[in-house]
Amino acid sequence: MLYALKIAGRYLTASKAQTGLLVLGVAVGVFIFIFMSALIGGLAELILSRTVGDIAHVSIQAEPEDPALLLAGSPLLVQQKSSTTAANLPTAANFIALIESLPGVRAVSPQISGAGFVTHGAQVAQVSINGLMAGRESAIANLDGYVVEGTARLGAGSILIGKRLAEDLNLLLGQSVRLSSTKGIETALTVTGIYQMGAGGPDRRTAYVSLGTARTLFAMPQGLTRVEIKLTDLYAADAMAPQITALTGLTAKSWTVDGAQFLEALSAQAKTGVFLKSFALITIVIGVASALLLSTYRRRPEIGIMRAMGASERFVVLVFVLQGALIGLMGGLLGAALGYAALLPFPAGGQFRTGSLPIDIKQGSYGLAIGLTLLGAILASIWPARSAAKVDPVTAIGQ
Amino acid sequence: MSALVVVQDLVKTFGAGLTETPVLRGLNLTLQTGEVSALLGPSGSGKSTLLTILGTLMQPTSGAHQMLGCDLVRASDSARTAFRNQHIGFVFQFHNLLPDFTALENVIFPAAIRAGRETAVAQARGKDLLARMGLQDRIHFPTAHLSGGQKQRVAVARALMNRPELVLADEPTGNLDRASAGQVMELIAQINQDEGTTFLISTHDEKIAALCARQLVVVDGQVQG
Ligand SMILES: Nc1ncnc2c1ncn2[C@@H]1O[C@H](COP(=O)(O)OP(=O)(O)O)[C@@H](O)[C@H]1O
Ligand SMILES: [Mg+2]
Repeated sequence: MLYALKIAGRYLTASKAQTGLLVLGVAVGVFIFIFMSALIGGLAELILSRTVGDIAHVSIQAEPEDPALLLAGSPLLVQQKSSTTAANLPTAANFIALIESLPGVRAVSPQISGAGFVTHGAQVAQVSINGLMAGRESAIANLDGYVVEGTARLGAGSILIGKRLAEDLNLLLGQSVRLSSTKGIETALTVTGIYQMGAGGPDRRTAYVSLGTARTLFAMPQGLTRVEIKLTDLYAADAMAPQITALTGLTAKSWTVDGAQFLEALSAQAKTGVFLKSFALITIVIGVASALLLSTYRRRPEIGIMRAMGASERFVVLVFVLQGALIGLMGGLLGAALGYAALLPFPAGGQFRTGSLPIDIKQGSYGLAIGLTLLGAILASIWPARSAAKVDPVTAIGQ
Repeated sequence: MSALVVVQDLVKTFGAGLTETPVLRGLNLTLQTGEVSALLGPSGSGKSTLLTILGTLMQPTSGAHQMLGCDLVRASDSARTAFRNQHIGFVFQFHNLLPDFTALENVIFPAAIRAGRETAVAQARGKDLLARMGLQDRIHFPTAHLSGGQKQRVAVARALMNRPELVLADEPTGNLDRASAGQVMELIAQINQDEGTTFLISTHDEKIAALCARQLVVVDGQVQG
C-alpha cells in the first residue's frame, strides 16, 4: 500500500502540469458543489426566516369548548366562537418554566389573544389582539426587527400596531386609542410602537398589547389562551410536540401540521440542489476517469515492466486507484478552500443583505464535498485501474 | 550440475484458422544451474516467445515447463507472478526501466514489490549492484538522464536484485554500441561467477554469443545445440 502510494505520487509529480490541470478541474467541480450548497442552504434559510421564521414551531392552543353541546354542531358558529372568545388554558402558566427548561427550546411566549376593536376619534377598525409577556415581545416573531417607529416593548397602557392600521386610522406614535374586546371591556392605550412586516397582512390586523392589558380586556385573571414555543431546530418540532403534550397534558401542535406547503417547497428546492450537485460530482468522476484512462494507456509499457518484475494485478490497480484518490483529495481540498474563500464576503448565519445572493457560508458542506469527491475519484479510477492491471505484459513491453 | 529449467515438447501457436502461426513446435530444453547460454536464431524464429514462456509471462499452447521443481504450466496466475518475482530476472531490449524513477529506485523495485516497501537492506544491495555495474556515481540519477548502455546496466542490476536463480535477457545488447555491449556481457560473466546465476541471453550477434559458455539455436521451432 505504502509502496503503491509512492509510485502513485511519483506518477502525479512526473507530469506536474497535467496533474495540476486535473486537480484544478476537480477543484472547480467541488467549488460548484460548495457554492450550490451554500446558495441552496442560504435560500432555504431565507425562505424560512421570511415565512416560517416568524411563527411558532410548537404551539399549545386552548381547545374550544365542545361545540356539539353548546351550538348544535354549526361549524361556522364554532369558528366564530373560538376566534372571538378564546378558550382558557388554566394550567398553562404552570408549565412555562418547565417547557423553557427542555433542551432544544429557544423561547416560550405565553399569550392571551382574542378579537376586538380599535377606536381613534370617529374611526373604528377590527383587530385581533395579541397579549404578549413584557420582555418576550420578540420571542416568536421578531417584533424588534419590524418596529419602524417607537419601541416593541409592551408595558401597561401601551399598544403596538401595524403601519397600515396606523395609516387607516390616521394614528401617530404617542397618540392614544381606545381598545375594546369582544367581552365588552374597554381600555385607553397609548401607541408606543408602529411595526411593518411588509407582507401587508398582519400590519392591518394585529395589535399587540401586554399580557396584563389582555387579561383585563378578556376578563381572564388567570390562565392563557395560547403558548407559543420556538425551538433551536425547527425540524425538531414534530418530535418535540408530543413530548410537550406528554409532559403538560396540553395539546401541543407542530408548525408542520399547517406548514406542509412550506416544507414541500423547501424539499423541492433541496432536490434541485441535489440535482445540481450530482452534476458537479458526475463531471468530477468523468474527468478523473478519462484522465486516468489516458494515463494508464500512456504507461502501458511500464505496467508491463512492473508485472514482469512480479507486481501483482492488485498492486497495479492500487497504484492507479491511489492516483485517483490523491487527485480527488487534492482537488477536494483546493476546491473547498476556493469555495470558502469565495463565500467569505457573504455574511454568515442568514444575515442576508437585500439584493445580494442569499448565500450562507456555513452551509457549504465542505466535508461532504471533499468526502464525495474522494469517493467519486476512487470509483472513477477503479475501471481504468482494472483495465491497466489486465494489460498483457508481453504485448505492453513489446510496444 | 543440476537442471534448473526443464522444458519438454513445448508448443506455442499464435492465432487460429487462417492466421494460425506455429512458432514453437515441440521444443525440448534443459538449462543447468549456473550456465550462461546464448539463444541464437534469425529474427522471427521465436526467441522472444521462448523467453517470455520461460519467464512465466506467457502460457505455452502445450507442453511441460518446470523450474526449481515447480510445474509452471499448472500454476495459477498469482502463483506465477510471485514465482517470477523471487526466482526470475528480466532484461529487455526496449522499455526496460521506469522512466520517472531513479536508477536505485528501479534496481530495488523487485525487492520493494516483495517486501511491500523499500527496505534499507534492499537499498544497500541496490547500491552495491549499481557499483558493481560501474554506476556508483549514477545511483540517484533519473533513468531518463542515462545513456543506453547505462540503462541496460541498471536493468541487469535490477534483474539480479532478488538473487534470482535465472536471468532471461532478450537481446540486451541489441540497442548498444560494441563497447557498451561488451561491458554488459562482462558484467554478466562476473555476476555468474560471483553469484552462480543462470543466464539465458537471446541475440542474433555471433560475437556476443561467443562470449557465452553454451550456444542454443532456435530452428523451425526447436532448439538445437
Ligand atoms: N502475440 C503474438 N501474436 C501473433 N503472433 C506473434 C505474437 N508474438 C510473436 N508472434 C510471432 O511469432 C513469431 C516469433 O516471434 P518472436 O518470438 O518475437 O521472434 P524473435 O524474438 O526470435 O524475433 C513471429 O513470426 C511473430 O510474428
Ligand atoms: Mg525478439
